[in-house]
Amino acid sequence: MTSLSTPPVTADSTRGQEDRIDRIRQAAYRIRRNALDMGEVQGQGYIGQALGVADVLAVVYTDQLRYRPEDPHWPDRDRFLLSIGHYAIALYAALAEAGIIPAEELETYGSDDSRLPMSAMASYTPGMEISGGSLGHGLGVATGMALGLRHLGNPARVFDLLSDGELDEGSTWEAALACAHHGLDNVTAVVDVNALQADGPTAGVLRTEPVVDKWRAFGWHALRVDGNDVAALVDAFDELREHRGSPSVLICDTRIGSGVPLLEGREKAHFMRVEPHEWQIARDQLEEGLSR
Amino acid sequence: MTSTAPRKKLTTSAMIASFADPGQRTSSAPFGHALTRLAHERPEIVGLSADLAKYTDMHVFRDAFPDRFFQMGMAEQVMLGAAAGLAEVGLVPFASTYSVFATRRAYDFLCLDIAEPGLNVNVVGALPGLTTGYGPSHQATEDLAILRGCPNLTIVDPCDSVDIEQAVPALAAAPGPTYLRLLRGAVPTVLDEYDYRFELGKAAELRTGRDVVLISTGLMTMRALQAAARLEADHVDVAVLHVPTIKPLDTEAVLRAARTDRLVVTCENHTVVGGLGEAVASTLAFAGVGTRLVPIALPDEFLAAGALPTLHDRYGLSTDAVVARVKAELGGGAHAPWAADPTPATA
Ligand SMILES: Cc1ncc(C[n+]2csc(CCOP(=O)(O)OP(=O)(O)O)c2C)c(N)n1
Ligand SMILES: [Mg+2]
Repeated sequence: MTSLSTPPVTADSTRGQEDRIDRIRQAAYRIRRNALDMGEVQGQGYIGQALGVADVLAVVYTDQLRYRPEDPHWPDRDRFLLSIGHYAIALYAALAEAGIIPAEELETYGSDDSRLPMSAMASYTPGMEISGGSLGHGLGVATGMALGLRHLGNPARVFDLLSDGELDEGSTWEAALACAHHGLDNVTAVVDVNALQADGPTAGVLRTEPVVDKWRAFGWHALRVDGNDVAALVDAFDELREHRGSPSVLICDTRIGSGVPLLEGREKAHFMRVEPHEWQIARDQLEEGLSR
Repeated sequence: MTSTAPRKKLTTSAMIASFADPGQRTSSAPFGHALTRLAHERPEIVGLSADLAKYTDMHVFRDAFPDRFFQMGMAEQVMLGAAAGLAEVGLVPFASTYSVFATRRAYDFLCLDIAEPGLNVNVVGALPGLTTGYGPSHQATEDLAILRGCPNLTIVDPCDSVDIEQAVPALAAAPGPTYLRLLRGAVPTVLDEYDYRFELGKAAELRTGRDVVLISTGLMTMRALQAAARLEADHVDVAVLHVPTIKPLDTEAVLRAARTDRLVVTCENHTVVGGLGEAVASTLAFAGVGTRLVPIALPDEFLAAGALPTLHDRYGLSTDAVVARVKAELGGGAHAPWAADPTPATA
């Protein structure tokens, strides 16, 4: 990481930073627990991804994003776009933590007539900015939002969460060129590199590494961190916030099933099956991890 | 249905949602196995997928012929472009993804790289019409409408595993480009009970009947056959004309079926705009046949997410819904053959 623009370290600020990290870790725990509860409703699905990306969402929603939980359409809000519609389970978990949707509603996940469909849609869910499901759309819409906000003199920022699989799509790179060309420093892309996609490990499906070099070559300010290290994520987001002149991207290496050893150790699967009795074990393991 | 509804609502649970009825005979991954069998005889057959081999039954071919399978990553446009390139140098590609991505995302590549040169590329689209509860991003409700306008393209909408097994060699043998509406996973086996063989470009009368003719395609032929059997119990005599090839349409068979005083109903797993119903309607109109047509199809709207059985009921594709629609069209009243039956049968 290059120039970190954090204030000089004092005993007081160290304490403040520890509190901040602890607050985010607590939020990440609740996001994971929310996700497990939802996963249990379906019995299978994208729980591995949700656990993996929970720390990223905890930092974004409790520490970075400007929003009003009671007014999801507030014009001055920062936009957080979920380009990966199948990660809806993760975002619903975060939206509940953020107070944008009621936690009691999570049990309707993926059920008939629920506001929380398995694949994210803007027309269904408060706080869901775009309709996902078809991958490779988020960054293009983010480009337009960022151009429009800048044009309107609105200082709100635009975040787009994408996956390593989405780096396969031409549309992602078309938007990457556009963001750089237009100097959209109000755009922050976050790439969840869990090294997996539908047909198996990303390295075997379609090689995308070296990912950081590619974004830099496309004119982006790029950082890469362990996406399950809250302190590292906070430092990185703080740095990106100060960056001016070009769009920023944070590459986050995440572990599928992170926080739940039972699922972390399981063979990596895009669509994971979890046995009925395993959900409670998973919740217990999650809790043990928090107290450690 | 309503009185016994479970307290807990049905869940979408899965891409893997099957539309097979409980207890129905099914065949596993018929496309993958048919392609693999064919590939043993024809070394020029190759396969491609866009990060969806596992979800389009292409994994069967991939595992049997790893050096003849090309993983293109989640990049549908370049997959179809590359399929064109493979065909240009003499190979016969089958390229699989979901129908929505083959048609919406990559249509320009299908049209200009594959169809215009008339290449033998076989595009295989999974989750056609309403065969997933994932909502509009995955429901290819208008794939036929998009593709019917594409010159040169042959379009096949199979009913079951029998259709798929027989269609695969026929598609490879056809010199030009094709699009197959893939049914994948545990696919119902239905047509082996009929005197039937898949013939590219040909419709087949699976049942004769004096009162009604159901002109159906894709998985709706399965529903049409079930509906016909149920209506028979109510003394309504229903014919079923199965139209697995949407383009070129077997206009002779369609005209023959429609030139009667029977109630003519089309059944398709597709929006009412631009699919089988409108293809049959234009065939009749262009031939000066003034028969009224009842279209059973999906509404012209973005459909909901949810459990597949719920959605098939809601949008009129379930057997119950087909039976109800036919009865309504025949006109009920005290004189209807089924008026004495107090409780309509349910599936
Ligand atoms: C345009 C498009 N093509 C294909 C798919 C099918 N699909 C859904 S998820 C997925 C894998 C994408 O990679 P990634 O998001 O990294 O997968 P994960 O980490 O969740 O396993 C694919 C191919 C899709 N949703 N959209
Ligand atoms: Mg991934």
